[in-house]
Amino acid sequence: MTAPLLDVQGLSKRFGGLTATDSVDLTLPEGELHALIGPNGAGKTTLISQLVGALPHDSGSIKLAGEEIGQLPVWKRVHRGLGRTFQITQLLPDFTALDTVMLAVQSRHGHSFRFFADARRNRAIRSEAAQYLDQVGLAPRAQARVGDLAQGERKQLELAAALAGKPRLLLLDEPMAGLGTAESQQMIGQLAALKGKITMLIVEHDMEAVFTLADRVSVLVYGKVIAQGDVEAIKNNEDVRTAYLGEGDV
Amino acid sequence: MTSEALHASTAAKPSMGWRWLLAAIVAALLVALPFAVRSFGYESFTGLATQVLIYGIAALSLNLILGYGGMVSFGHAAFFGVGAYAVGILYYHMADDSLFLGLVPGTDAMLITLPAAMIVAGLVAAIIGGFSLRTGGVQFIMITLAFAQMLFFLFVSLDTYGGDDGLIMRRRDVLPFLDTRDPTTFYYLCLAAAALWLGVTYCLVRSRFGFVLNGMRQNENRMAAMGYAPYPYKLVAFVIAGMGAGLAGALMANYLRFASPDMLHWTKSGELMMMVILGGAGTLFGPLLGAAALVILEAVLTAYTENWQLPLGIILLAIVLFSHGGIVALVRRFLPDKP
Repeated sequence: MTAPLLDVQGLSKRFGGLTATDSVDLTLPEGELHALIGPNGAGKTTLISQLVGALPHDSGSIKLAGEEIGQLPVWKRVHRGLGRTFQITQLLPDFTALDTVMLAVQSRHGHSFRFFADARRNRAIRSEAAQYLDQVGLAPRAQARVGDLAQGERKQLELAAALAGKPRLLLLDEPMAGLGTAESQQMIGQLAALKGKITMLIVEHDMEAVFTLADRVSVLVYGKVIAQGDVEAIKNNEDVRTAYLGEGDV
Repeated sequence: MTSEALHASTAAKPSMGWRWLLAAIVAALLVALPFAVRSFGYESFTGLATQVLIYGIAALSLNLILGYGGMVSFGHAAFFGVGAYAVGILYYHMADDSLFLGLVPGTDAMLITLPAAMIVAGLVAAIIGGFSLRTGGVQFIMITLAFAQMLFFLFVSLDTYGGDDGLIMRRRDVLPFLDTRDPTTFYYLCLAAAALWLGVTYCLVRSRFGFVLNGMRQNENRMAAMGYAPYPYKLVAFVIAGMGAGLAGALMANYLRFASPDMLHWTKSGELMMMVILGGAGTLFGPLLGAAALVILEAVLTAYTENWQLPLGIILLAIVLFSHGGIVALVRRFLPDKP
């Protein structure tokens, strides 16, 4: 058996007296779609922030494909193959959707200390970016200003920008949050299509989506992983039912 | 331009065609300006136009970091002043036949002094930017301001170079084949420099570098999540902007035949910011328009009243409040979609 793509061991983070992440162990084999669920304030986004490098952890290790990345800044982890989407979309409001994805593609094409040629007229980058927009169904909105996009379209653009980085591991922080029913279904469809091709860690409150998509599920409560297993095991786990799902509700 | 290319560019931005048409008209007017003012008998206007062009270069350079990069530097006059002093100090040592720091001989060859001023200003920008870009927001504004004021007091205390009174040059720096003492020649020189810097800015903001810089202004988190390290890109932009201001300062020292601590004062930084915001931050031509508006308004108002700052302030306030994006936005509003 090969080394897992993501291997987190004993990850901890304290804010004063509050333990936000309590010695979390998490391993994702290549190709797995792993869901991270838990009640509000369980520390899911805090955990994601530590994985991407936006928040330094106190102790523990984060290994991507066997290499320690826990001390690297955000942008270096991206080049190691870590992609992410944000719970609250973080986009570039003055750019077009196409511009945004082009920047993500450009980032893979070496450094950007190039001062003369018009970046937007680079055909190779442009056509590659257009493909990612097409993949998430945003092609008709390529020339729209990001600031004018609807919430659902922004979520799709987040996904396109993340995919354009060709990540080995994709961290999705509540990709369904703020989406309508139809949009959610569309997003679930897109993630299902990616399943197996890209390893994904997905934080989500939409249980229907989680139970449809996930290979395995981890349940985080007060920063601690209280249960881990496949969908059936989690559905039937007593601790999870009391802590989170609400008894007899599922 | 083929009709296809024209269509492509107008599709991208409604007023694109107008933009270049207007730019061509303004360029023609600027080239014809010295002859026009001479035939109307307003020869002093050439000097005013020269000042507009020089401040235009400084404002263009500030716009790169303020308008495109989102770095609100409140110490940009430092680089303007350093450029001016580089010229003044090289001239001083040439006249004095001495060595700067016992090492560097003076010169009045403009082909040396202008690049030297740009390099020195760039180095100073690398140091100031190197520290201040580690912060952001209000801290960044205050630190750039503090560095600029430190340099201001440094030059005030340098008695060798005139201290408080500044440094007077007996003559302008010289160029082969051109008489820089002739106001018209010097005007064209500044026009060429402004056109050059406008061209540099145009290339920069469209390039991959400019693309990233523009993204940094909008959302650094997003840029980091796409694999861009903010610091190096911002620092390089800061240094390029410093060099532009250094060039402007060097030209201003030549124009006035004078370099003084006032050129580094925070009020000068404020004026440069005013030009950028008044003209239209983050637009290509805005800073030039802002520089023209500020310099000309000041000249006109001082002719009428000693208390020219009050009406100037009211006019600036009105433009900034009601134009939503400076003079450029105002011009755009009055243009139909296609020429």
